Amino acid sequence: MGFKNFCFKKSLWVFHFGGASCNNCDIEILDCLTPRHDLERFGILLVGSIRHADVLLVNGSINMHDRERLIEIYNQAPKPILVVAIGACGCTGGFFTESYTFAGPVDKIIPVDVYVPGCPPKPEAIIAGISKLVMNS
Amino acid sequence: MSKKTLIPIGPYHPLQEEPELFKLYCDGEIVKDIKWVTGYNHRGIEKLSESKTYEQVFFLVERICGICSSSHPFAFANAVEEIADIEITDRAKYIRSIIGELERIHSHLLWVGLAGHFLGYNTLFMWAWKYREPVLDLFEMISGNRNSYAMFKVGGVRRDIEETKIPVIKKVLDDVKKKTDLLTGAVMDDPVIHARTKGVGILSKQDIIDYGAVGPTARASGVAIDVRKDDPYAAYPLVNWKVITAEAGDVFAKAQVRLLEMYESIYIIEQCLDGLKKEKTGDIALKVKEIPEGIGNGRAEAPRGEVFHFVVSDGSNSPARHKIRAPSYVNIATFKKSCIGQTIADATISLAAVDPCYCCTERMAVAYDISSGEKIMNASELINESVKKTNDIKRIIKSKL
Amino acid sequence: MEAELLIENFKEKFKSDILEIAVKNQKRISITVKPDSIINVAAFLYRKEGYRFIIASALHTKKGFEIHYHFSKDNLGLVLNIHVILDMDNPQIESLSNMFNASNWIEREMHELFGINFLNHPNQEKLISEGNWAEGVYPLRKEFK
Repeated sequence: MGFKNFCFKKSLWVFHFGGASCNNCDIEILDCLTPRHDLERFGILLVGSIRHADVLLVNGSINMHDRERLIEIYNQAPKPILVVAIGACGCTGGFFTESYTFAGPVDKIIPVDVYVPGCPPKPEAIIAGISKLVMNS
Repeated sequence: MSKKTLIPIGPYHPLQEEPELFKLYCDGEIVKDIKWVTGYNHRGIEKLSESKTYEQVFFLVERICGICSSSHPFAFANAVEEIADIEITDRAKYIRSIIGELERIHSHLLWVGLAGHFLGYNTLFMWAWKYREPVLDLFEMISGNRNSYAMFKVGGVRRDIEETKIPVIKKVLDDVKKKTDLLTGAVMDDPVIHARTKGVGILSKQDIIDYGAVGPTARASGVAIDVRKDDPYAAYPLVNWKVITAEAGDVFAKAQVRLLEMYESIYIIEQCLDGLKKEKTGDIALKVKEIPEGIGNGRAEAPRGEVFHFVVSDGSNSPARHKIRAPSYVNIATFKKSCIGQTIADATISLAAVDPCYCCTERMAVAYDISSGEKIMNASELINESVKKTNDIKRIIKSKL
Repeated sequence: MEAELLIENFKEKFKSDILEIAVKNQKRISITVKPDSIINVAAFLYRKEGYRFIIASALHTKKGFEIHYHFSKDNLGLVLNIHVILDMDNPQIESLSNMFNASNWIEREMHELFGINFLNHPNQEKLISEGNWAEGVYPLRKEFK
C-alpha cells in the first residue's frame, strides 16, 4: 500500500516536542504544513495534546530540565506511539554533547523508531522519514 | 482581594504541556502581573565556545538561533576581526551584507505569518510562509543549505556569489517585492487588524530606554537606533538606505516597521549585487595567521535587534571568554510594560510583536488559578481567546457596513 | 573629538576611582574603575550622558572575578566598557537594577553562572538554572592551580 493510500485510510496525528534547540528544525517541521509541501492534504495534523497523537516528533538536544518533561510526555502517550528523532541534535546531541547541561540524546531517554538527520533536515527529508516509518510499521 | 488567575501564552506550534515561559496573573480579563520562568533552552554555549577553535565557533554560534542564523556569526566575526585589526575585502563585505539582508527578509516574513496566526488569520500565515520559500531557495543556491549557511569565517566569507547567480537573485527579489506589496496591503488596510493592533501593547520611549530594548521594538516607539547606521560594519556604509521608525509604539507600529524594512533590505541587496560586479571575483577572504591577545566588542543588526558578542582572546586559538547577548534577551523583558493592563486576548499579540526568538525565549506558559493552584488554560486555548476577539470585531465591523 | 571629550569629563568626575583607561579607537574605549564606584559611574553614563546599557560580561581569571559593563552611545557608535575586578573569595558588587531594568536578568544570570553576589538586587532568584544544575555549582568558574 503506498504512503498516500495509507494516509487516506488513516490520518496521522503528530505531536511535536522541542527540546533545547535552535528552532531550525521546529521551523522546518512547520514548513511541512505550508503550501509548498502541504502535509495536511494527507490528513497529517499537528495536535496540541500528546494523548491524541500517533507520532511523536522530538528535536533538539535534551537538557536536564527537558529530560523530565520528555519522559512524562512519553508516559502520557497512548501506546503504540511512533517516535521520530529529528535533526542532528535529536539523533545524537549534535554540537552540544559536551555541554554541562546535556542529558543524553533522545534515544537514551525514550525508544526511537526513526532518525532523520540533518541540520536542519529539509521538509522533504522529514516527510520521507515519516513515510518510511509508516510503511515499515 | 479579588481572585487572580494565571494564564499562559502559547507559541504557534503546539508544544509540551508544561514548559513554563510566561505566567500571566489575571484579575478577570485584565492581566495584572507577569512572571517569566525559563531554562528549557539552556545549552551552555558560552562555555562550549571556550573549548573550540575560532573556526569551529562559527558553526556553534550559527546554531544559537535558527532564524537569526547569520547575525550571530556576523557579530562574532566583527569582534574577532576587531581584536586582530583586520579589514576584510569589499567583495566579502558585500557578500556578508547580502546574506544578512536576505535573512532579514525571511525573518520578517516569518513574523508576519506568526502574527497573522495569533490574530486568527491563518491565510496570512500560509501566504507569508509560502512567499518565504523562494528566499530559502536563494540561500540554498548561494550556500548549500536553507538555514545555517556557514558563510562566515575570520577574514571574510567561505563561498563566493558568482556572476551567473546574480540575475537569479534579482529575479526572486522582484517577486518578493510584489508579494510584500500584497502583504503590506493586506495588513495595513484591514480595519479588523487596525482594531486588533492599534493601541495594543504600547511601549513608550522611556520604557524602551529603561529596558535597553533594541531593533524594530525600539524603532516602533520612535527610538531610532540601528547598529548598521550607528556603528557601521560590512557594506552598510557603502550603500544608500534609511532607518525605518514609527512613533506609536503599539503592535501596529511594530508591524509597519518590519514590513517597510523589507523594502529597504531589498534595496540594499540590489545595490550590493551591483557592487559585486565591480569587485574582483574570488577575492573573498584574507589569510589570518593568529589572533593576538585583546578584547573585541562585535555587534550586528539581527532582524530582532542588536546582537552583541564580547570576545576575550589570550593569544591561543580558542576564545578565553565569549559572551553572547541576543536581542530577545532585552526585548522580552519589556512584556512587563506592554502586557500589564491589557486583556488576555491581547496578551498573545503583544508578546508576539516583540518577535521573541523562540530559542532565546523558549516555550510559553500554562495558566494556573492562583487561589486553588489548578490548571486553567493551556497554550492553544490562549490563542483561541485571541481568535475569538478577532471574530467578534469582524462581526461588529460587518454589522456597521 | 567626541570620545576625547567624554574621557576628559569622566576623568574630571571620577579621578580617584579610575584605575586604567585603554583607548583602542574612537569607538572602543575600556575604563577600569574601583568596584565601589559602579553606581555613580552608571548613573553618570545613563542619566547624565544618555548611554544605553547593552549587557554585562563576567569572567573568572587569576586576578579574581572581572565584570565588563558594556554601555553604548548610539549616536557616536561608541562602546564603552566599564571594567571592575572583584575579590576572588567573596565576589560582590552593588546591583544596577534599581536604576534601570536592563540589567535585571543578566545580574541574575551572572549570579547563577559565577556565584557573584549583587547587593540590593530586587529579585536575585534563579533564571536559567532550575533543574539544569545543582545548588552551589557555578558552571562557568574555572580551576586555577
